[in-house]
Amino acid sequence: MSPFLLTINILSATSFLCLVRIVMGPTHFDRLIGLNLMVFNITVIIATLAVQYKRYVYLDVALVYAILGFVSVIAISKYLTGRELHK
Amino acid sequence: MTMIAYFFFGWGLFFMVFGVLGILRFPDLYTRIHPAGKAGTAGVLSIFIGLIIYSGFSALSLRIVLIALFIVITSPVASHAIARGAIESGIEPWKPGKEND
Repeated sequence: MSPFLLTINILSATSFLCLVRIVMGPTHFDRLIGLNLMVFNITVIIATLAVQYKRYVYLDVALVYAILGFVSVIAISKYLTGRELHK
Repeated sequence: MTMIAYFFFGWGLFFMVFGVLGILRFPDLYTRIHPAGKAGTAGVLSIFIGLIIYSGFSALSLRIVLIALFIVITSPVASHAIARGAIESGIEPWKPGKEND
């Protein structure tokens, strides 16, 4: 197994563990933390695939995915601020 | 040169795995922000340094630098927004006597 493939496999496993935190988080903000870290994992997976197969167009996909993840985290946290949804 | 890149891959995977373990194991929201904000950023940066060393210093690796710079800027902003939203909606911090959830 090449180190690129090992990196992609381990990052897939860690993003699945982030999904566990998203499912069983006690509050909505715990789910947001899991979403934030999962976006990081998947950005790294896309960039690693782009460098391994020498398709450098996918680096743009990784950049756009990171931007969308950041904007969605900010939007959801501003939406949930000040609401009593966690009880 | 590729061995140095593989070393950085392993270093970044170390940070990523322990960041996710911290998210799963810490008892509170405010303590879970700590591995998500710092260990996640450190893992992303280490793996991106490895990718830059592997693919050589060219205009294409500048794009990886751009993604890394974006993540360095936006990860503390996202963590701060989550913490501020949590403390304004009335979630109390964890104390050592309380039960884990």
